[in-house]
Amino acid sequence: MAAEMRIDMTKALAERFVLNARFEMALDPPLVLILFGPSGSGKTTLLRCLAGLDWPDRGTIAFADKIWFDRTTGVRVQPQQRRVGYMFQDYALFPTHSVAGNIAYGLRSLPPAERTQRVASVMALLNLQGMEDVKPQQLSGGQQQRVALARAVARHPSLLLLDEPLSALDLPTRMKLRGELRELLRRLAIPSIVVTHDWEEALALGDQMVVLKDGKVLQQGTPQHIFNLPKNVEVAKIVGMETVIPGRIAHAADGLVTVEAGGVKLLAVSQEPVGADAFACIRAEDVVLEPVGAAATSARNHIPAIVQNVISMGALVRVDLEAGFPLSAIVTRSALEDLHLVPGVKVTAAIKAGAVHLIPRQSSVTSVKSSSSKWSETS
Amino acid sequence: MNWTAIGVTFQLATLTAVILLLVGLPIAYWLTFSPRRWKFVVESVVALPLVLPPTVLGFYILVAIGPHSPVGRLYTDLIGHPLPFTFEGLLLASILYSLPFAVQPFASAFDQVDRRVLEASWTLGVSRIDTFFRLMLPLSATGIVTGFVLSFAHTLGEFGVVLMVGGNIEGETRTVSIDIYDEVQALNYAGAAKTALFLLVISYAVLLTVYAMNRRVWAVWPQK
Repeated sequence: MAAEMRIDMTKALAERFVLNARFEMALDPPLVLILFGPSGSGKTTLLRCLAGLDWPDRGTIAFADKIWFDRTTGVRVQPQQRRVGYMFQDYALFPTHSVAGNIAYGLRSLPPAERTQRVASVMALLNLQGMEDVKPQQLSGGQQQRVALARAVARHPSLLLLDEPLSALDLPTRMKLRGELRELLRRLAIPSIVVTHDWEEALALGDQMVVLKDGKVLQQGTPQHIFNLPKNVEVAKIVGMETVIPGRIAHAADGLVTVEAGGVKLLAVSQEPVGADAFACIRAEDVVLEPVGAAATSARNHIPAIVQNVISMGALVRVDLEAGFPLSAIVTRSALEDLHLVPGVKVTAAIKAGAVHLIPRQSSVTSVKSSSSKWSETS
Repeated sequence: MNWTAIGVTFQLATLTAVILLLVGLPIAYWLTFSPRRWKFVVESVVALPLVLPPTVLGFYILVAIGPHSPVGRLYTDLIGHPLPFTFEGLLLASILYSLPFAVQPFASAFDQVDRRVLEASWTLGVSRIDTFFRLMLPLSATGIVTGFVLSFAHTLGEFGVVLMVGGNIEGETRTVSIDIYDEVQALNYAGAAKTALFLLVISYAVLLTVYAMNRRVWAVWPQK
């Protein structure tokens, strides 16, 4: 049996709010797991329980062959003994220590020469060279984020826990550092759990994803799977993005990007440079359905599609289509009747280039496939 | 001026402040971080000397360490002489009397330290006690200095407790404040004035230091 982390715990957070987390995470090969959910869903508390900063009321937490917490046998491994790297949402850097001092803080057990060398290599990894003696208060938000990350990884932890690692940053910095973080997590190859409520972060960083709401695990699987096939309306509302297709960038110029996905060429607008691979993401609200052979419109993407399924959502109707890839559209009931949309009907799906969101993404490593079998889609 | 009394006073104040540093820090740490619901009981006990008349506190200390109490008898058996009306007895009384002046600034300073900073230290494999010395103390340094200086200054000026527990033994328990009282009783106003001015200047200098350093930690005055 391959090593895995098993979490099965409950913790009462308020009178009527109980965190009830139960899932497994494969550790070998190392994956990035996204804890996804709206604020107040218990994500941070769960992360703190994994770090040993909070204690569950009941249940067990096991990391590979080590039991970290077990209520029945009374095992409570302290945070000092867990070898986790924890990054706080607001970083919690030590104001009394320099950048190098922060990074070296947990390395007292190393011989001085090795410690110096470790600090230097971690600083190089995070592009912090030359800031050794600067105090954290003098750094920009993005630099503080990198120092916090450097401090968390310096001890070579066996598990990395990142609490909303990018949320304290302004939007341009966040988009820049998202790419850096993805690259860093890939190079570190440490099992990581990233808390976020941002769907772009989830898609860009995650190999696996757990959706949490009101303390309950709603769904688990690969991010792409959850976005495309949310288990129920509740999950669909939380993720807020109906279509996610892996694609290859065919052409990019003047902020317009042509991406090939499922045998279809999609035109998208992208301000930031994207690599060879990306997820193309489309909201169902942004998909307009037209009869085949309709006159030209300003929308740049016209995709022939076949209606697969029609799901009533009150005044609106969700139409699932096959367009070379699964695509969803949300239309009014009257539009449904005018276009005679029933399964099997051919339509044209029109999507504005600006409504196709691109999330840059390294092509999935093989590990994702091999581990996905562990993620049984149980309810 | 009575230099012997001044010597006794400074020795008493210094020892009291040092011992309160050692005793007060763990108490303050416990008061700040304990999840116990009943810690307000301990908080109230620590704060009692702020409101009790020194004579009341002195009376109970005297009874507690006197020859009729188990504590007093045990001390006499171990050391060979009773505790009341000795420098050691006076020191014990001073420590209890100045306890809130040390513990409250310590606890207030600890309370202002961001807990996540401490938790970050724990996740980096550093024990709680090492975290205390490597992060907690530097981060609450001004509050700790404030508590140290205030307990020192408060001991300099104590009168009622000294009179009850220490008596008035030259070179042993006779402090500056007692000396001033004696001078006034003897109608030696010139001698009393000199000593009083000396104590005033010293106390004011000490408080100037504290408030210049950080006036928020122990606010006698409304906070801005």
